[in-house]
Order: sequence, then C-alpha cells, then structure tokens
Amino acid sequence: MALLTYVEAIRQGIWEEMERDPSVFLLGEDIGAYGGAFKVTAGMLEKFGEDRVIDTPISESAIVGAAIGAALMGMRPVVEMQFMDFIACGFDQIVNMAAKLHYRWGPAVPIVIRGPCGAGVHGGPYHSQSNEMWFVHTPGLKVVAPATAYDAKGLIKAAIRDDNPVIFFEHKFLYRRVKEEIPEQDYVVPIGKAAVRREGTDIAVITYGAMVWTALDAARELEKEGLSLEVVDLRSLLPYDEETVLASVRKCSKVILLHEDTRTGGMAGELAALIAEKAFEDLDGPILRVTAPDTPVPFSPPLEEHFLPNAQKVVEAARKLASY
Amino acid sequence: MKSTTPARSMKRSTKPDAETLERMLYYLKLTRESELRLEQLLYRQGKIVGGVYVGRGQEAIGVGAALAMRPGDVTLPCHRDFSVFMIRGFSLADIFANWLARGDAPARGRDNTLHMGDLNLGVIPIISPLGATLPVACGVGLVLQQRGNGNVVLTHFGEGTTSLGDVHEAMNLAAVLKLPVIFICNNNQFAYSTPAAKQFAVKSLALRGPAYGMPGERVDGCDVLALYDAVGRAVERARAGKGPSFLECLTLRMAGHSAHDAAEYVPEKLKLAWAKKDPIHRLERFLLARKVMTKRQIEELHKRVHQEIDAAVAQAESRPLPRGEEAVEGVYCEADCWWRRPPSAVHGPSSVATGTGQRTTHD
Repeated sequence: MALLTYVEAIRQGIWEEMERDPSVFLLGEDIGAYGGAFKVTAGMLEKFGEDRVIDTPISESAIVGAAIGAALMGMRPVVEMQFMDFIACGFDQIVNMAAKLHYRWGPAVPIVIRGPCGAGVHGGPYHSQSNEMWFVHTPGLKVVAPATAYDAKGLIKAAIRDDNPVIFFEHKFLYRRVKEEIPEQDYVVPIGKAAVRREGTDIAVITYGAMVWTALDAARELEKEGLSLEVVDLRSLLPYDEETVLASVRKCSKVILLHEDTRTGGMAGELAALIAEKAFEDLDGPILRVTAPDTPVPFSPPLEEHFLPNAQKVVEAARKLASY
Repeated sequence: MKSTTPARSMKRSTKPDAETLERMLYYLKLTRESELRLEQLLYRQGKIVGGVYVGRGQEAIGVGAALAMRPGDVTLPCHRDFSVFMIRGFSLADIFANWLARGDAPARGRDNTLHMGDLNLGVIPIISPLGATLPVACGVGLVLQQRGNGNVVLTHFGEGTTSLGDVHEAMNLAAVLKLPVIFICNNNQFAYSTPAAKQFAVKSLALRGPAYGMPGERVDGCDVLALYDAVGRAVERARAGKGPSFLECLTLRMAGHSAHDAAEYVPEKLKLAWAKKDPIHRLERFLLARKVMTKRQIEELHKRVHQEIDAAVAQAESRPLPRGEEAVEGVYCEADCWWRRPPSAVHGPSSVATGTGQRTTHD
C-alpha cells in the first residue's frame, strides 16, 4: 500500500497499463519532455520512449483523429487534453468519428481521452468547465468521473482496457487535495457502477466528482442536526448505475441531485426524470437539484464562489427537503 | 510546382504492364457503368433512398491510386471513389447491397452510400463531415511508420474539403512526424454549387504541400496513367521514410453534387471541354494505339462489365432489409459484440465483411 494523491494515482494507473500492454501509448501537448502540465506523465518519456509518449502540435482535432486511426490499427491510445475545456476543439472527431464508427461498420475504437476538468482554482471560463454532458448525450461514448484516488487509478485502467471510446474527467481541484492508501497490486474499478460513500436514511444525495466531497462535508454538518444523508458517488455518467441510484432513493424517499456542472441539461435533469419514472411511488418530497447556475465559469473569486455549489447550499437544500 | 507528364512520354519506374493496363480499363468501366446503374436506374426507380453521389469523370483517381497500393497499405476513399472499394476486395454485390440499405450489407443498414469499411481489406470509410478522415489517416500512418514494413496510407478528399480545419491540422501533423500519408485531393472544381474560385484563394492547392513541409504536385485527374505514376512516386517516397505528399488531381464533376442536383451552375462550355478529357476514352485510345487491346476486346469487356453489374444488382436486391429492432444493437463493443455475430439474415454464400481484423481484449 502507498499513500497517493488523486493525480499520482492516475499517473500510476497509466504507467501500469503502459507496462502491461505494449499497444498502449500516449499523445498530447507537453506530455513528453515536460511531463504534462499537471505532471501526470512525468517520467514516462524516459521510461517508455518517444514512440509511446508523443508530444504533438496544438491540434486537438488531429490528435483525437490520429488516436482513432491508431486504434483502428490495433493500438490503445490515451489522449491528454491539457484542460478538458479544449476538448471542444476536437469535438467532431469525438462525437462524429469515435462515437459512431462501431455502430456504422463494426470496428472497435479503444481510445481514452483524459484531462483535468472543473472549477475552484480561479481558472476562469476556459480552464474550469464541466462539459461532460456534451458526451453523455452522445451514444457510443463512455463517460467517467472519479472522485477518489482509488477510483481514479482503477477507472483509468478500466478505461484503457475498454474497447470503446472513453472520456475520462479528472477533477483538477482534487488532484492534490485528495489522498488515499492505494494497493500495489493490479485492480480495476468497473465502468458503470456507482459507490455509496456514506450510508444514510433521510436524504439521498446523488453526485460525482469534486461534489462528492462537498456532499460529505454537508452530511457531517447535518449529522449534528440529526439529519442522516446517504451520499452516492456515480463514478460513471455513461453508462450510469440506475440500480444504485434507485435503491438509495427508495431507501431514503427524498433525494438531492448535486453537480458542479450548470443546471440546464445537466446530469441532475437526467436523473430526475429517471427517478420520477421509476421511483415515483417511493418519493416523499420533490426532487431537488443543487447545481451551478447557467453561466460560463467566472474568474473573480467572489463570482466563482457564488457560481459554485458548496456544502452550505447542500445543507440548505437538505433542510428544506427534510421539512417537507 | 511539377507539371503533369503526358502518358506518351512517361519515363519512370511506375510504368504499368499490360495486365495492369487492362485492369485499369476494367475498373474504370465497372465504376462508370455501376454508378450509372445506381444514379440513372435504381435511384430513379425509387430503390435507393437518401442521397446518391457518383464520381462521374473522376474515376481515374480511385483506379490510379488503389492500383498503386500493396498488401498492408491502407486507404480512406471518399464517396466519389467507388473503384477503390472494388479494387481492395469488396464484392460488387456487397457495394450495391450497401446502397440498397440491406441488413447484411457491410454497414448493415447503419449508414449509406460508400460509408462502409473493412480493416481486413485496409479500407476505412469517411464520415459525412468530410476532412475528419485526414487526421485518422495520420493515426494509421503513425502505426504503419512504427511497424516499419514500408506500408503507407492514402486519404482521398475534394477541393471543398480542404477548407476544413482538420485538413490543415492533419497535413501539419503528418509533416512534423514525417508520416507515410499520401494526401490525394480531387479538385473537381465544384463543392456542391460552390466553385473553386470561392473555395480558396491560392493559385493551386498543390502549393499547400510545400507550405506545410511536404512535396505538392498537380496531376491531370483524368489521366489514369499520370495518376498511377504520381501516386506511385509519392508512395515510394513514403515507403522510403521521406514522409507525406500532397497531390492535387484536376477533374471536373461531370454529374451533380448528388442525384437530385441538376447542377445548372456548371457552365456548359466547361462540361464540353472536360468531356473531351474523359478518362475512359483516353485510356481506350492509348490501349488501341499501343495494341495492348483490340476494339473487339474492349467491346467484350464492356459486355462483361454489364453482365457483372446485372448479376450483382440482382443478388443485392434479393437480400432482406434489416429488422427494425436492430437499430438499438451494436452501439458499444462489448464481450458479446453484435458486429461479431453474422448479420441477421444471410442468404447463401454471402461475402459480407464482418471482421475487424483488430486485436481487442476479448479476442
């Protein structure tokens, strides 16, 4: 066992997959000689060579397209987006090429596109987005968003071994703030399964990414008032774990859907519809959402603070729901 | 910028032998007549739904390029490169079945026209956002380069497509990494109704080659021998590790953008001038002059081609449409992959391409 941060766990996961399978290789900007903007790929060029750690020009679309071409030839490329905000520059390749090739003529497209997402670091509109829903809305892709160091390692391995294109959202706020004892032996966290982070009985909070920690903070606060929150970490957004979500809702009868992503068209809307369809009888109160407002992510600290969901906002929503 | 070399005075190692010359005429005719059958008959009979795109007048590009390939090479043909699919090994019946939306066609009804591929045949199809295949070709080239067998990848696109960002990213990436990619641009002078003069300001697209760090050559796109030569030389450069090349092949789009487009915006004078350059007539004249084939043999070939098309169309039409419920299958590649099972209704000795030729975790 070793104590690793979330970002170190991702690095270890990629390293182990590179050692295990020679068809795994990396493409991205500044990932080789520089070791990556967040040092995720530090040391990999020296260890694995320039055939397997490729520094590319600034061409997100060509990088993703090239990864797809390499995957068609039997390789398993892992593409780094320096910030997930820039994934938009490769959008066509992801949603029209990678997502649809298998459906249209049968080949596997085993690519992973990974990078740092999320706010709370004063990054402004283009270094802070949560744009996962663009991809959750695209059949053919898989979308993963770990919240713990253990899951980050296990899920990057699962993503690399998956024969489908996987978009891997690493929350940059968690990179060095989350630490955990990680087992040294090989393990994989399955894509499509949620995890109950905290058992509770009164209100289920369904969330993912950095907001998992926010929900746990809120739960500790509410415990003092005798309110018991159950916190469900989705871990995967596409496919997502319907069963665990519904089980939690049925158990608690009240639910808060929490995400850092903006409100309209966010994952909470999808889950709210699911819960209304399949757990209507079990609900004792309305389905509440705690999300960012429908704006780009602002830069100035007071603006960003207002924008982001936080433990206090979750506490207020929970109190409201509890009194229903 | 290199000028084209007339067929008569060719002097280089890519001189096709008699057998290759006959194959060229065969594929040119098979393409021309098949596309006429698609556009003039099947589409107008309502047997083909959706769009019909043909490459009339531009057949020499696919033929010249595909015949310059060797085993292990990969190609990404576009919707006007019908011949490439046949030369690489798709059966004519399979191609017609794909057009006819059959459930056991290569795309199993999921996509139409020539959006079909088979990694065992080294064919990767386009997607409708044209230009997106060029970066994919770079990825293929990257793997071929690392394998070191001298294999190359060809990617086909039109002059209109060159205005898309992906084309520039791909050309730059290929040049920076010295990838064995042959960029084959079919400048047929019209992108739907947009003439080349409104598409780009550079005097010739071939100039973009050196601008990105690779050779650029303009070729007579209606001369299959000039194409075979130009592609052959580009391929040899790539095999020798000298990196990518850009070929601008001049043609005229002799049909509309698609079957429903009368293309009145193409000046009649232009059409008449280019009709004189018809690639099939030119090759026939060449073969007769060099006594490679007789007039009789060419007529026989023409008959054979029509018989082949008749048989292929009949076979394709006899195949069933997919069942509606299949629409939700095969979205993801999982252990029990839908695509690895035979198509739902296979008739007789079908030549349906189901393999992916790839290594995946569940192989």
